[in-house]
Amino acid sequence: MHFPISHSHINPIYLVVTGFVIGVLGGFFGVGGSFIAGPALRTMGLDWNFAVGTDLAHIVGKSVVAAKRHRALGNVDLRLGFIMAIGTIGGAELGAQLIQALKRAGNVNFIVSVVSIAVYVSISGFMIWESWRTLAHSKPSKLRKRPGPATIKADQSSFTHVTKALQRLRIWPMIRLPTSGVTISLWIIVLVSFVGGLFSGFLGGGAGYIRMPSLVYVLGIPTHLAVGTDLFEIIISASYGTFTHAIKGNVDILIALVMHTGAAIGAQIGAIATQYFAGPKIRLAFVPLPLIGAAIVIYTLLSGHNL
Amino acid sequence: MVTTRKREVRRTLRAFVVELVLYGLLVTAYFFGVLLFLGSWLVQLEMQHIRLYAVVALFLIIGQAVLLEAITTALLRLLRGGRAE
Repeated sequence: MHFPISHSHINPIYLVVTGFVIGVLGGFFGVGGSFIAGPALRTMGLDWNFAVGTDLAHIVGKSVVAAKRHRALGNVDLRLGFIMAIGTIGGAELGAQLIQALKRAGNVNFIVSVVSIAVYVSISGFMIWESWRTLAHSKPSKLRKRPGPATIKADQSSFTHVTKALQRLRIWPMIRLPTSGVTISLWIIVLVSFVGGLFSGFLGGGAGYIRMPSLVYVLGIPTHLAVGTDLFEIIISASYGTFTHAIKGNVDILIALVMHTGAAIGAQIGAIATQYFAGPKIRLAFVPLPLIGAAIVIYTLLSGHNL
Repeated sequence: MVTTRKREVRRTLRAFVVELVLYGLLVTAYFFGVLLFLGSWLVQLEMQHIRLYAVVALFLIIGQAVLLEAITTALLRLLRGGRAE
């Protein structure tokens, strides 16, 4: 099929299937999925700038669908999502400027690749350790209990002592998040979202692979709520990214709409599936995602191919 | 007790699959509608009024997600004879 905006020929079934896979992952883990969508679009011959911009546009649609579904399941903390959006946009701008500075210095590819590998591997390593430990220490009966939302959303973590210490830091203003059952300093929320945004601007994509774990481990948000709130936050930040990319001529909305055909279905399935898994199990299943991202970066670094 | 819950799960699953199929049909129809009626206009817009194109692009993708889900819910309610379920 010919897409006149980006002057490309791409099989629509390939786009729908890619969208579906990313939709399921996004709905289940609360990530944008750009680490898969970007290379997938590049493989079909789409220019890098179009791959990034179009991917962001499709992420907006998919996140709306998944977040709506999560909201219906009571998994979205709107207050937290709005506060985080401020930090994310600020961080993304700084990340983009860092990229520009590295471009001028002439070593952007190498530095970004090394940083991203370190970040992805660290996240995966930490999450394996934490979720494994939590699963090992929790009572099997608690995790085996059937999907009653109240029991399954009562989260457990081996990192709670650090989270509690952060919540005890009384730096004014303190924000109460009744939906998540957390009271925490505004500055910690802004800092977490700023770091997420920074990596989003620096490494590309929505940086859900950083934000979702940060919501759980730093802010102490239950995993199900972290997934839903992250998706809600992605709507705001990805919309902003889509707009800025679109005015630079980097968005082929027709490709995004085809991808969204599959993603919309996948996102609903992914969101519903979270109801059948306990928090530590979702976190353990999340581990391969950053590793896939790291593998792609290592491949591009070693082969010289820009996926 | 277990049988009742199983039946309930099966009913929820069936309702979800019906909703998904209906939504899938609408999403596909929406894309072809946009391609048929707005395709050439979008190409022109992208070349001549890039800012307006950016706004329309966002509107189209968010519209697809929000509008179609609302239509799906309304259609399902209609099919069930007014029950929200």
